[in-house]
Amino acid sequence: MPYDVPHAVSPSLWVLAWKRLLADRVAMVSLAIVAAFLLMMLLSGTGLIAKDWSREVGVNYAPPSFAGADAESAAPAPAAPAAGAPSSDASGEIPVVDPLADALAAIRGEAPKATSTEPSAAEGQSVDPLADVMADIKAKGTKADAVEARRSTLPFGGDKWGRDVLKKTIKGSETSIFVGLAAAVVATFLGTVFGAMSGYYGRWLDDIFNWFYSVFTSIPYLLLILAVAAVLQQKGTLTIILILGLTGWTGVFRLIRGEYLKHKGREYVQAADAIGASNVRRMFVHIFPNISHVVLVQLSILTVAFIKSEVILSFLGFGVPVDVVSWGSMLNEAQNELILGKWWQLAAAGTAMALLVTAFSLFTDALRDALDPKLK
Amino acid sequence: MTAYIIRRLWQMIPTLLGVILLVFILFNWIGGDPAYVLAGKISSAEQIENIRRQLGVDQPYYVQLWIFIKQVLTADFGASWSTNEAVSHIMATRLGPSLTVLIPLLILSTIIAIGLALGVAYVRGSLTDRMVMIVCTVGLSISILVYIIVFQYFFAYKLGWFPVQGWGDSFWQNLIVYASLPILIGLVVSIAPDLRLFRTFVLDEINQDYVRTARAKGLSENRIMWVHVLRNASIPIITHVMAQLPGLLIGAFLIERFFSIPGIGREVILAVERSDFPVIKAITVYVAVATMIFTLLADLMYKAVDPRVQLK
Repeated sequence: MPYDVPHAVSPSLWVLAWKRLLADRVAMVSLAIVAAFLLMMLLSGTGLIAKDWSREVGVNYAPPSFAGADAESAAPAPAAPAAGAPSSDASGEIPVVDPLADALAAIRGEAPKATSTEPSAAEGQSVDPLADVMADIKAKGTKADAVEARRSTLPFGGDKWGRDVLKKTIKGSETSIFVGLAAAVVATFLGTVFGAMSGYYGRWLDDIFNWFYSVFTSIPYLLLILAVAAVLQQKGTLTIILILGLTGWTGVFRLIRGEYLKHKGREYVQAADAIGASNVRRMFVHIFPNISHVVLVQLSILTVAFIKSEVILSFLGFGVPVDVVSWGSMLNEAQNELILGKWWQLAAAGTAMALLVTAFSLFTDALRDALDPKLK
Repeated sequence: MTAYIIRRLWQMIPTLLGVILLVFILFNWIGGDPAYVLAGKISSAEQIENIRRQLGVDQPYYVQLWIFIKQVLTADFGASWSTNEAVSHIMATRLGPSLTVLIPLLILSTIIAIGLALGVAYVRGSLTDRMVMIVCTVGLSISILVYIIVFQYFFAYKLGWFPVQGWGDSFWQNLIVYASLPILIGLVVSIAPDLRLFRTFVLDEINQDYVRTARAKGLSENRIMWVHVLRNASIPIITHVMAQLPGLLIGAFLIERFFSIPGIGREVILAVERSDFPVIKAITVYVAVATMIFTLLADLMYKAVDPRVQLK
């Protein structure tokens, strides 16, 4: 029987790549960090952790526990002007109910535009031009409800409204990573399909896609994103994913087009043709598995790039809506807080992002080396 | 050579048409009626009616497109919707401040990155090399926003070494007083990626036969690195730097915004915030043209530094 011939099953590309990754210590550590962030995103997305991030559990600007409570934190909110509303003296101790938090968030949405044009406040005066408005709102809203105990310190500190920065960072990570991943999937999908059609069919289809490519690449990426953001007036997580995805496919397109050009004339594709495989089948069943490692690496590269872009867009107020917290919107708040000496929100958002991006970049490099050892 | 340049310029026409079409689809079609966009932003109904008439909103799309193409060809994009300033005047006055920051930044970061790349590549594989690469990777991962916020707070607000923000009328005052902290931040942000890239360019050259030959001739290590290797590595470096130029104009927009530098980048952000479509349209088209021209210049430069390159 022919089946008796002893033979060893040669390991597939993915098994080989996985083995190479396992041997790479830097890759494993960064993979663990990335996996932890992804798990955190899932847990937070399903509401298992950080569900109550918007509850105001601490005093305004509660310092981190390891720094200890300072006397200042019990004092009125630093943003409240001394001579403003008389009742603002007590605003530090008075809790604010959740409906009011929404109103504040809505106001805060306008705040970046008003405050950020002059982030200096050189004389150390009140930085927040909306402080008066806020003091008024707080004074009105607090009459009705009971006083609940608020903690003077929080593990990673509290923000302007006494919300827990740790939970906020988790929630912000969820938004930023989700937007980055989803936009990368959109962009990689578009780039792969366009590149496959362009490289495989060639001729006039190739000309059209190349024309698209030259048009999109002649506009600097950030300018293109801002132009699209200017046009799409309604803000939303889906909008920002679409903006990033629809503008970011060009790099993937060029690479995948080259791969399909290279592969379409190979013997195995001719063999597929000979047994009657259709064009679509040859493109996606036969050729695609052979170039899928390029796609995977691109997906990884784009995720990092889009996380960075999302942070900048949300910082500028063109990204996620105001009731959604992301690393970008946290950095926006932190910009004004730093002048008051409240550094923890900046540190939390900045560190979380730097950690994830470093780990993701290192993992991407290792993944590329593992999938294509010839490159090294 | 002339034939090549003419052909390349000829090829720009369909791309430029594509950019015009893309901008048109975005702003006139998806963007919709300016009366709707500007509701609540401009109170004067007369002014909105004026804008609608200029754009030809009530006419068919091909007429609107022709109006836009005429605007591009005559470089007359009308007036800003929010400040009524002529768009051509905005472009002309905002270019100077942007370049005051960007040109020194580009020159300094290129020189420093090349120097460091040569040094790091020379000791490749050593502890120094690995440390520098780790610092670069980590440095790259920190958001540019964090650098700007921290540097502005620490060096300008806390230590008072630089003005927190501002811009004057005198070129030298701007360059030395107001632009120095923005340039410093720009350097910190741009050297890390450049250094990583330039290092691989140098590494590609450092094992070539001509390096061994130069060493066998008894040339000094300095001469080998700075003359022989650098000349060959400069080919991809020049291409990279040239390709970066138009993007830089926009790339520094965060710095311009934080330091209130009245440049192109800050103008883009203001225009997006105010839905000031004529300004965004004009900047997008101009920057796209600049990108195409710089790509052509990069290719010509490529030929100039490396005579082996055949222009096709």
